[in-house]
Formats: sequence, C-alpha cells, structure tokens
Amino acid sequence: MSGTFVGMPAFPKAARDAVRDETLRGNLRHATHTIRDKRATAVAELADWQELREAGRRIKDHTLRHLDRYLVQLEESVTAAGGIVHWAADADEANRIVGELVKATGESEVVKVKSMATQEIGLNEALAAEGIHAYETDLAELIVQLGDDRPSHILVPAIHRNRGEIRDIFREKMASWGRPAPDGLTEEPADLAEAARLHLREKFLRAKVAISGANFMVAETGTLVVFESEGNGRMCLTLPETLISVVGIEKVVPTWQDLEVFLQTLPRSSTAERMNPYTSMWTGTTDGDGPRTFHLVLLDNGRTDALADDIGRQALRCIRCSACLNVCPVYERAGGHAYGSVYPGPIGAILTPQLRGTTSEIDASLPYASSLCGACYEVCPVAIDIPEVLVHLREKVAEQGGPGHRLEKAAMKAASWVMDHPAVMAAGERAALRTRALHPKRPPGAGAWTESRDLPELPEEPFRDWWRKNRT
Amino acid sequence: MRVALFVTCVNDAVYPATGVATVKLLERLGVEVDFPAGQTCCGQPQFNTGYRHETEVLVRRMGRVFEGYDHIVTPSGSCAAMVRDAYPRMARRAAAEGRDAGLGAIATSLAPRVYELTEFLVDVLGVTDVGAYFPHTVTYHPSCHGLRLLGLGDRPRRLLQAVEGLDLRELPGAEECCGFGGTFAVKNPDVSTAMGADKVRDAAATGAEVLCGADNSCLMHLGGILHRQDAPMRALHIAEILLSTKAEPHV
Ligand code: SF4
Repeated sequence: MSGTFVGMPAFPKAARDAVRDETLRGNLRHATHTIRDKRATAVAELADWQELREAGRRIKDHTLRHLDRYLVQLEESVTAAGGIVHWAADADEANRIVGELVKATGESEVVKVKSMATQEIGLNEALAAEGIHAYETDLAELIVQLGDDRPSHILVPAIHRNRGEIRDIFREKMASWGRPAPDGLTEEPADLAEAARLHLREKFLRAKVAISGANFMVAETGTLVVFESEGNGRMCLTLPETLISVVGIEKVVPTWQDLEVFLQTLPRSSTAERMNPYTSMWTGTTDGDGPRTFHLVLLDNGRTDALADDIGRQALRCIRCSACLNVCPVYERAGGHAYGSVYPGPIGAILTPQLRGTTSEIDASLPYASSLCGACYEVCPVAIDIPEVLVHLREKVAEQGGPGHRLEKAAMKAASWVMDHPAVMAAGERAALRTRALHPKRPPGAGAWTESRDLPELPEEPFRDWWRKNRT
Repeated sequence: MRVALFVTCVNDAVYPATGVATVKLLERLGVEVDFPAGQTCCGQPQFNTGYRHETEVLVRRMGRVFEGYDHIVTPSGSCAAMVRDAYPRMARRAAAEGRDAGLGAIATSLAPRVYELTEFLVDVLGVTDVGAYFPHTVTYHPSCHGLRLLGLGDRPRRLLQAVEGLDLRELPGAEECCGFGGTFAVKNPDVSTAMGADKVRDAAATGAEVLCGADNSCLMHLGGILHRQDAPMRALHIAEILLSTKAEPHV
C-alpha cells in the first residue's frame, strides 16, 4: 500500500485541487452535513452536556499534568495482569518493536483493528518491508487499503468515496487480497457490507496475530479500551493468539470511573449514537479466554514535545471523535488528503505540526488552514480551543521565519508602526483615496484576492475626514 | 449618553458609509458620539496571523485612546471580539511569560466597555425598533466572531425584523463561516472563495436583494464574490439599513 503522505504539497496547493473536484466536494458535503446534524441532535438530548464536556477536559488535563506518574502506574498494572509493556520514542522504534514481536510468532500475516496511532507511524508499510502483510478489518479502512488510497477522515477514512466507487474497488481489488467480491456486486450498502464480511471472515479465522490501538488506557487497572461500530475490532481482539496494541501515551486515564464521562461523550460526538455499539475492554491476559500473549507499545513520537508547550498541549486531550472535522467548513471543501497527515481537519491542523514540527512546507502551512471560525471549538467534547492553538502555532511558524514569513513579519511590523501613528495612517489613506481613479481593478500583488473576487471600490474620503468636516 | 465610536481600520479606509451611518443612527437615538482621533486598528490582523508582539503596541494604543469612556461602540463584531476575547488572552499570555507589558490593566478596563453596535442598541439602549424604513428583502449573515465569540444571538435579527417594510428571509446554514477569515482569504484563496461562493448561493436562494451583516470584513469578501458574479444581490452593513428612514432613505 502506497498510502503515505510523504512529499505532499503544502495545504493551499493540495486544497486547490480538491476544491475543483466536484465529486469529492459532493461526497464530503453530503457526509459531513449528515453526521453533523445527527451529532447536534444526539448532544442536545443530554441536559448536562456542558458539564460532561468540562469533566472530560479536566480528566484529560489532570492526567497530562501528571503523565509520568500515570504511565508508570499503567505499566505496573499491565505487567501485573500478564501483559508486556514496551516504550517507543518515535515511529521507527515502534515499528521495529512491532515487527520483531510479529516475527517472533513466526507469522507473516496480521489482522488490524482500526487505529490512528499505527497509521501515524506508517506501521503497515514498515511491516510490508519486513514481509508481513497487515490486513485492515474496519470497513472504511479496508476500502482505503484495497483502493491503495490514503485515509481522509479520522473516523470514516473513506469518507471521500461514494458507493459506486466502493463497489468498483471491491470488484477490482478484493481478489488479490483474499476472497474475491461476489459476482454481480451492486452498490447497495447491504451488499457491500456482506461482501466485506465474507472477505474479512477468512482473515479473522486464520489470523494468529492482531494489532490494535486503543481509545483509552486505565492506569489503575491496566485495562485497554477500544470503541468501534462494526464488531470487527472485537473479532481481532478475541480470536488471535497474540495481541499487540500500539497506543499514544496521552491515551491514559487514571481510573476506571473516568471512563464514564467518555462513554457518554465519545459516541455522541463521533457517530451520534447514544451508546457505543461495541466497546471492548481487556486487561492483560486470561487463561483460556482471548489472546495468550499481550504486548502494549507506548508511543511518544512527538507527544512529549507537544506536552512541553503550555498552549499547544491541549491538543493531547483529543479523543479522536472527529466532530471537529465534520463541522469544519475548510475540511468540507479541501478534503482530508490536503492536510498531508493521518490527522486531518482542525485537530490535524494543530496536532500534526506539533507531532512532526513545523520545518516542512506542509507542516508550516497547516496552522493557516483555518478561517478561525470557531465551529470546531464549539463541538469539541473535551473543549480544545483549536483557534487559540492555531494562532499560537502561527506565531511559532512566523517566528521561525520560513518562506514568505520574513517579508510578512516586516509588513506586519510596518503596519503596526503606521497604525501606531494615526497621522501617518490618515495621510496614507488619503493618498490612496485621492488616486483611486487610477487604481487598476486587479492591482498587482492582490492576486490571491482578485483571482476570484473583486475589490470594493474605494470611497471618496476616509471616515476620519468626514468626521473632521462634519462633526468638529 | 456619550459614547466613543471605534470605527475600525477597514471601515475608516474602505467603508466610511458604515461609520457615518453608525454616527447618525446613534445620534438619532439621542446618543452623543465622540470619535477619538488617535484610534487606528485593534490589531486583529496582526494577532490572527501570529504576530502577537506587533499587536501589543496597538493594544496599548487602544487603551490610551479609549480611556475615560463608559461605552465604546463599534460596527464590527470581529473587532469587538478582538478586544473582549483576545486582549485578555494576550494579557494572560504576557503574564505567563513574566511580562506585564501594561496589557492586564488595559484588557480588564476595555473588555467590559466595548460593544458591537447591535449589542449596544439592544442591551444598553434597550431598543429593537430604531424607527427605520427599508422596503427590501434582506437576509442576514451572522459572522462567526459575532456569533460565537460575542454571542450576538438574535439581536441583529430582532433589529431587522422591527424595520418597517423589510422582508427578512432566513439564511440556510447561517452559522457557517463565509470563508473570509482575515489572512485566510489570501493564504488559502481557493478554499476561501469556495466557502464564500456557497454562502452567496445560499443567500441568493432566499430571494433576498440584500445580504446584510454586522462585519464589513466578511461583507467585503462576499460582496467581492457577488460583484465578480454580476449578481443582483448586494452586500450591506446593518448600520446602513437601520439608518434608512422614509424621510431620508439612506441607500
Ligand atoms: S479535537 Fe475535539 S472534536 Fe476534534 S477529534 Fe479531537 S476530541 Fe473530537
């Protein structure tokens, strides 16, 4: 699978192509508007939503403040329950650990539960390089994998595909990965789901090793939790002999009781369900029940850097519900791929540049991939002030002075100086207005504005001159 | 009552008619308006583009210029939100960096005194019927900062509903961003325009002749798209509609 984002152009350019793709925009608009309306209804049913949101924020903030302590506690609990804990500083280390664990089982095929962390580190590709086939079992992930595509949404990675496209992918590609698509496959959702079920069943029954992520890890008990809608994850978590979970260190919560909050907020925010269809929890290993070997790989990969930033760290509260993507007007037009990261949309725009740094062109462009409208903050179930973090990251990018920013900083400095000298500003305004008849309709340098919009006609005189003549 | 007008840099240079309408409207309602001449810009463009330190000099200017007024009225939701929401944030941030920079006192003093125009009319003056006459179909776009940061709610719509002759049409997806977003409009012109074009399409579908708003920055973007499309609809600031009367039709 070639599904990595390496070498993607910066956001504005990637978005330009997406904006012009009518099918993509139609697919995205339909999907995001449907889910956002449902979410709003599901959330409105709870009278204490704001309190739950605040509770979620507090639990996460508290845990992040004492992350070292809770991670050590988690390691002890997991070990005591018969699991084995590994620490991975970055993607390479995590991939190496997982690769070695799989090889030690003698297997060359693994089934996967949908997981953002393993996508973040490019695990499937790394395993493929070691001769290990990783099979995605989440329906949408399966579509992305078969289509040799990249995910474009946290929860619905194939959101950019419509039913017809999915049917074509199944027909063309299933056979080379396992059981082929049934003859005469239609684009009816039930038929597509049945085709996927038959295809995947083979994989579940054969797999000896499964790889998952986790939505939460409970420090006091060493319990891992996966929320999913299809039940395919549960097959992976129970049938194979070896289970390897790769989880970001920020996913820990202190106590079992803390889950109560997220059991309410996560499903309603993500799929607009009152209760999650499949919530699987496992604690170490148990004789005669489920996997006999359990490994937990705790992934840093830039998270401690984000933690060190007192404004940026709130991004680590994210529970990956994807509500912010579904309301984001920029995501809706640009699509998930334009963000060049497995985390697209508003959360991607603040999380990715923190995890990867802002030195690449795409990462430096992400904090600007927002109109700061605030819709994402409004829906976020853990109250991440995404616009605040965006502006904060813009400051960092501007400071680092990449392409364009040196000029921009000079211009901003000059503008501030002029605006701190009203007489100069007034003179400038007057000069501009006096020569307004000479202004071209599309002045040079205003290209980004005037390619698609006209500039307003300038008035005869600025307000301050009207005031001076009429009111003083 | 005497208030200070904060006209904002965009209105001063590009939309003086909005400033004039604000002054005349307030005067018609018996308010005495001052225009402190030292005012320029609230610093929103600098702040939102990531130039916090360049913004600070403008915050201090705002503090000096508007000292001593009980009410500062501005016909711009996003500039009011800048003062009320971003100034305190900047002050907290400076304090966390161990600096005062004079921001704390300014933020505390300015934030409760600044009012967006419709907010001032409804909350402070207690009027919704300002005696206006505007015989046109109008749809209202509540800009994001007015909607989410200031919580203007239905104040603008109540004011418009009370205008004689005005036929107010509900804008579908009103709470969605129009795609202006300050430097966003220039840094991501394609997405920005796509958002604006959708907004304009939704507004046109209401059959309105006028697309009204309380923030000329958004209206500049939407008006620019309308103009390019040669659309029959025009963008207009709410102050200019509220000023219009039978005796003196403003626009
Ligand atoms: S940032 Fe908030 S809304 Fe967005 S995915 Fe994370 S938790 Fe959900």
